[in-house]
Amino acid sequence: MTLPQIFFLITAFVILGSALMVVTTRNLIHAALWLIVTLFGVAVLYALLNAGFLAVVQVVVYIGAIAILFIFAVMLTRKEMRDRGPQLNRGWWLSGVIAALTFGGLFWLLQAWSGFSKTAADFPSGFDAVGQLGNALVSPQAFVLPFEVASVLLLAALVGAVYVAFNRK
Amino acid sequence: MIPLSWYLILSAALFSIGLFGVLSRKNAVAILLGVELMLNAVNINLVSFWRYGDVSMMAGQVFAIIVFAVAAAEVAVGLALVISVYRRLDTVIADEIDMMKW
Amino acid sequence: MTTETLIWLIPLPPILAFFLIVLFTNRNKALSHSVAIGAALLSFLGAMYVFFFRALTAPELGKEPFTSAINWIPTGDTWLKIGVLVDPLSAVTLFFVAWTVLMIFLYSVGYHNFGQPAGDHDHPGLPPHGATDEHGHHVPSVEPMYSRFFAFISLFAFGMLVLVLSDNLLTLFVGWEIMGLCSYLLIGFWYAKPSARAAAVKAFMTTRIGDVFMLLGIAFLYSATGTLSFREIFTENVLRTLAIIPSGVFGLSAAGLIGLLLFIGTIGKSAQFPLHVWLPDAMEGPTPVSAMIHAATMVSAGVYMVIRVFPLLSLDPRTMTFVAFIGAFTALFAATIAVAQNDIKRVLAYSTISQLGYMIAALGSGAYVAAAFHLVTHAFFKALLFLGSGSVIHGMEHGVLHTGNHDVDPQNMFSMGGLRSKMPITFWTFLIGGLALSGFPVLTAGFWSKDEILASTFNGHMGVFITLAIAAFLTAFYTMRQITLTFLGEPRTKEARHAQETPWTMTAPLVVLSFFAVTFGWVGIPEHFPVLGGLVPNWFHEFVGGTLADPSTALRAGLPEAAPFNVIPLLTSLAVALGGLFFGWLAYRNVGSVAQDRLQIPLLKNKYYFDEIYDFLFIKPAIWFSETFVYQWMDKGLIDGILHSFGKATQAVGATVRKYIDLWFINQTVGDGTAHVTQWAGRRLRPIQSGRIQQYMLVSLFVLLVAASLIYFVALGQPALALK
Repeated sequence: MTLPQIFFLITAFVILGSALMVVTTRNLIHAALWLIVTLFGVAVLYALLNAGFLAVVQVVVYIGAIAILFIFAVMLTRKEMRDRGPQLNRGWWLSGVIAALTFGGLFWLLQAWSGFSKTAADFPSGFDAVGQLGNALVSPQAFVLPFEVASVLLLAALVGAVYVAFNRK
Repeated sequence: MIPLSWYLILSAALFSIGLFGVLSRKNAVAILLGVELMLNAVNINLVSFWRYGDVSMMAGQVFAIIVFAVAAAEVAVGLALVISVYRRLDTVIADEIDMMKW
Repeated sequence: MTTETLIWLIPLPPILAFFLIVLFTNRNKALSHSVAIGAALLSFLGAMYVFFFRALTAPELGKEPFTSAINWIPTGDTWLKIGVLVDPLSAVTLFFVAWTVLMIFLYSVGYHNFGQPAGDHDHPGLPPHGATDEHGHHVPSVEPMYSRFFAFISLFAFGMLVLVLSDNLLTLFVGWEIMGLCSYLLIGFWYAKPSARAAAVKAFMTTRIGDVFMLLGIAFLYSATGTLSFREIFTENVLRTLAIIPSGVFGLSAAGLIGLLLFIGTIGKSAQFPLHVWLPDAMEGPTPVSAMIHAATMVSAGVYMVIRVFPLLSLDPRTMTFVAFIGAFTALFAATIAVAQNDIKRVLAYSTISQLGYMIAALGSGAYVAAAFHLVTHAFFKALLFLGSGSVIHGMEHGVLHTGNHDVDPQNMFSMGGLRSKMPITFWTFLIGGLALSGFPVLTAGFWSKDEILASTFNGHMGVFITLAIAAFLTAFYTMRQITLTFLGEPRTKEARHAQETPWTMTAPLVVLSFFAVTFGWVGIPEHFPVLGGLVPNWFHEFVGGTLADPSTALRAGLPEAAPFNVIPLLTSLAVALGGLFFGWLAYRNVGSVAQDRLQIPLLKNKYYFDEIYDFLFIKPAIWFSETFVYQWMDKGLIDGILHSFGKATQAVGATVRKYIDLWFINQTVGDGTAHVTQWAGRRLRPIQSGRIQQYMLVSLFVLLVAASLIYFVALGQPALALK
């Protein structure tokens, strides 16, 4: 068991554990906070995968914006400070079965693939991942259009969200 | 070294946990939390495939960034909707938001 | 143009006139009568030309008549031919028909008051009632159905001409029936009067009875000989065959039976006993109709037909006896009734019946030429008398309009009197006609023809002779009675005092006809007549007698002989004629009213109650049969009952189908059932749409898993659960 592997296992354990907490905890604020932990773990994973830029973006966007948004939403939609009763609905066991089946199915599909157990190749020397990513995002031969469309999408979502949640009084 | 399979199993598991959350949580905001978990699982998948495939093909990371943007947009709109529904129906429990029934 | 073509064309103008008037000129009175009179004039000219320039100049017209035939009906290998024939008999008939028809057409213009204003309340279908002119006088009004009248009499003229000119029994029968139809139409001309309607139906029905037997005779003749053409039947071989074959009925030979059947047609058409009942009632029609149909043409057609088939008739002595008996009986019978009639037209009607009996009795006694002679002269003077009576009635109506008293019957002789001074032309022409009817010696045509009949029957048919002599006495008596009551003495009513002469369109025909009534007798003076005989040849006897002089008629070879002269018939006819006239005048010159008339015997007045007898014996049973038996029981009860039961059965079937199949099965089970099932299913399935997205997601994921597995394992065929 090499060091990266151990590191990976710890990270995976954190991710999955906090994910489980997200979906099971009664207190919704706790759930949002556990989500933050999960997102941190995922960021670490990105770093492990030599996708540093993505790790930073993950922290900034997901944790810095989305998770905060969640916390705001939770606060704005609380009737009282403490949640009462179980937070799982009546058919939760069926959901568990479905989830398990999904996992099983995915696992089984993947394991039949030849490349399932391959190892990572080394980075080529002098490979500037971030620079390449930047080029790809703004180069007309690459992905500038999806990039710009994504920004338009964000604008639309912004306007829409403001409009939907606007409190006319 | 870490085989690809570990990442894939991890993302599958994360996805399944998120799915469980979506299907079984009462609170609408909690459902959206589950959705976030699923999106993160997808992202992990994308990035691992990028790393364990041809690294010079930036499509993997670009796709992941797009997923970030989409996830953000989706959360924003979704939570706006939840707030709006909360104002109207005075509840965020998914089972009570059933006006689109027969 | 050949004579034959001209003969074909003679009947054409009147039928064209009929169609023209009916289709085009109905509204215009002047145009209609012009068309009709023009057509009658054309036929008249054609007939006169044929008669004078062809028939009279042809030698041996009897042996070689003008004839022309065409193929008409294909009958197996041969054809039934029809065509025209002008031999002496049809030539003289054509002569008097053309004259009388033209005179009557002209008379009708005045009779129907052409030129007078339309009536105050005249109604088509009723006789005109009078109008008020601008000075406030009541004047006669014009007949509303004026054009229709001329159309009908044109059709009538066509029928008669067809009958006279035809060379075969088929077209003769066609003309016969056309005239039967026209007599119905014209007797019932004023159709809004119930009595006229009844009279028209009576006439048609009664003549129909005769027509049925006649048709049987024609059919039997055709089946026995294969032809209906006169020239082919009246040949030696055919006649001899017919005389020999027994017919199986009454022991008569075929000829006898055929002759009898054809004669029954004449009994109907010429109003002989027992089918005489229609003719007096037929006086309901306008007077020109009475003149035309019942004096000059239609009833003469019956006699013409029987004269035509004389060669056939004469083959069986029993048929001849029957004919003579009927004729003589009718002559006397009708004369006795005429004595007690008070309506001026009724007297003439019974007189017609009586005179027709004369002709038929003569024929039955074998006096062929005498019968034909009397036919012609009778047509002239009877038409004259009828038209004259119409003139008298018109004059009386003038008086009625003047006084305004509509209770006075202008046709009743006892309201007349003294009209001699008021209507002179009518008086003198009527007198000439009456004297001709009575057989006034030498100066009137009726004397010559009647004398010839009496002379012919004296030899060998004494019973007929005596009967006819008595009838002649009565004829003269009632004729003088009529003339005395109408014209002589003093007017019995105010209306008679105000009577007026009629216009020239009515009096001119009277004058023309009276000319013939006087002169026509002089073409038939027998050679043996004292003093006058031999001065002029007996043209009529030679001419008409030549009809029978076909060399192929073996049974009557040569000219029929004139009756040998005997003074007794001559004296008898002088005595009865003059005696009757004298006694008639004597008895009635001072009669002031009906009550003073001693001959108003109820039996005679009521026509021996024959109408009542027929009503009881035939009419009522027929009506019962049709109304009760056929209509109520068979038609309504049986046939309608069957049909109603069909209806009811169908209805029952329909109701059952509806109840069990339609309502229960289709509506409830299939129709409503489907709806219920659908509703039930819908109600059950509704909760699926719960509105809860988590449920939706569960279900869809579950289905997705199942579908994916199916696709993966079944469609793509991957081995199950293969683990590496």
